[in-house]
Amino acid sequence: MTAVTVNGEPHELPADATVEMAVRELGAPERGVAVALDGEVVPRGDWASTRVHDGQQVEVLRAVQGGS
Amino acid sequence: MLEIAGRSFVSRLILGTGGFRNLEVMAEAARESGAELATVAMRRVDPTARGSIVDVLEENGLEILPNTAGCFTARDAVTTAKLAREALGGEWVKLEVIGDDRTLLPDPAELLEAAEILVADGFTVLPYTSDDPVLARRLEDVGCAAVMPLGSPIGSGMGINNAYNLRLIIEAARVPVILDAGIGTASDAALAMEAGCDAVLLASAISRAADPPAMARAMRKAVEAGVEARRAGRIPRRHYARASSPEEGLAELERAEPSAPAT
Repeated sequence: MTAVTVNGEPHELPADATVEMAVRELGAPERGVAVALDGEVVPRGDWASTRVHDGQQVEVLRAVQGGS
Repeated sequence: MLEIAGRSFVSRLILGTGGFRNLEVMAEAARESGAELATVAMRRVDPTARGSIVDVLEENGLEILPNTAGCFTARDAVTTAKLAREALGGEWVKLEVIGDDRTLLPDPAELLEAAEILVADGFTVLPYTSDDPVLARRLEDVGCAAVMPLGSPIGSGMGINNAYNLRLIIEAARVPVILDAGIGTASDAALAMEAGCDAVLLASAISRAADPPAMARAMRKAVEAGVEARRAGRIPRRHYARASSPEEGLAELERAEPSAPAT
């Protein structure tokens, strides 16, 4: 298992987990979202091939109402 | 027409989407405002949230301008801009790097650094800046597509606190000047346009008004009125009155000493 943090919450993913699996785990839509892995942007095309490891932080963001 | 980085816009009102009660009120206000550009923030996905702000804005004919609201360092702002580019597919970003929790004033050093990095990375950068003419020039020098000085702190509704600095920024700028933050009501927006701003960005003044769509309509008219008044050329201020009617031909109505009636 791979223990990662997704949007601030602990998640257990399979040993060969990828960014794509982390996004699915969260139940996030795949359109209109972007992912940072330990603060580095992972382009959409690299989600399936980018492995996530124990202790890493995944942030999945989308546009919301806000700011000026 | 408002021109930013080679793009033309009929409306000189940019809508900030923060503070609306819900997406329906936001959509109605957006239509009333006539805005063609609307800012959005980037936040963690909430799988339970319903409705997509991007869809609602696009259905109403607005283009999305992501911001870096909530960032306090150049590093965070740059990463947030890149995430927005990934999520939304555009190269434009409204850059905000805040330096103080209470006033939400920009951090000039972090802002300039982030602007430089993002411009080099191909972004069209519209920075929210303080009303410092030197900082505005520096932002323009590193390649920002516009400068967005504050009138007063975000959400304060105090209007334009330093009209002199704003005038200096407008005089010197070779890129559009967009007044961002501080506008409280329609007259503030009109004043900004009369002062020579190319556009205004409004969020709280509309979204937190008692009737947001009605205020959006008022703001649209105020922006248009301000632009037209500036073009029309206002009269100079004078210390004393200047009569608007000619003195020539003035009737003599004060009767001279009445003569004794003829008997």
